[in-house]
Amino acid sequence: MHGFANPKRFLSLAKWLTPLLLVSGLILTSVALIWGLFYLPPDRLMGDTVRILIVHVPSAWLGMGGWTAIAISSLVFLVWRHPLASLAAQASALPGAVFTALCLITGSLWARPTWGTWWVWDGRVTSMLVLLFLYFGYMALAQTVSRDGGSSRIPAIFGLVGAINIPIINRSVVWWQSLHQPPSITIGKSAIDNAFLVPMLIAVLGFSLLFGGVVLARMRALLADVQTEARLRRKVAGAN
Amino acid sequence: MRENLDQWDYVIACYAIGILTILVMVGWSWLTMRAAEKRRDKARGK
Repeated sequence: MHGFANPKRFLSLAKWLTPLLLVSGLILTSVALIWGLFYLPPDRLMGDTVRILIVHVPSAWLGMGGWTAIAISSLVFLVWRHPLASLAAQASALPGAVFTALCLITGSLWARPTWGTWWVWDGRVTSMLVLLFLYFGYMALAQTVSRDGGSSRIPAIFGLVGAINIPIINRSVVWWQSLHQPPSITIGKSAIDNAFLVPMLIAVLGFSLLFGGVVLARMRALLADVQTEARLRRKVAGAN
Repeated sequence: MRENLDQWDYVIACYAIGILTILVMVGWSWLTMRAAEKRRDKARGK
């Protein structure tokens, strides 16, 4: 684990892993979306809107997964001071925010024909919106620290504190009365028919591979920026 | 009053937004990574 904190070793691994994750993610996501759009049978109660859940559910999981990655990377950075852990946290913010926004938009598109409303201020939906705002705050903070200088510990602490929202999102449908359905999949159990479960799991896998590929691409970009800046500083110092 | 909503309008909007968002995110991440690595190589004089 500590071995991969070496930027050189990380780059040699990320160089072939980034395109592999992105291409396999795009293929699996395409399979899941084509399956969901053309081959999924309509649900007895939801009708054709069940197809929306093929996009909505993986987006929701990865929205929460993104912040979990930020929190774990931030903890690793604070404890072991690995600079790559700080970059991993920053790199997870963009795909996490994108999937959270996608979850909210597709949820709204599902809610309109199913619940009869675009939006409800219930526990699950509101805590997901709070997560999106946390992502915006984290990205602004990380950007400010890297641009104006400052301790990378500040966004790391923010990333750790913000993780309190993840169990709230997860348990919100159990703690509060909600229009949102309770969890259909728990550890070792599923209340979902295989006709829906299989394409959804393919979508989860495809979206996750894309998430991993985007995180690696963002990490490589952030690392290259740091290395360019260090090189230019050395050149300037050498010229003086 | 019962609204006459076509569920497929919402399904197609969802898939269009989902596909577009994912493609833009993947494409932008890849291009910014390539640009940053080119800048680094240029600074190194490669």
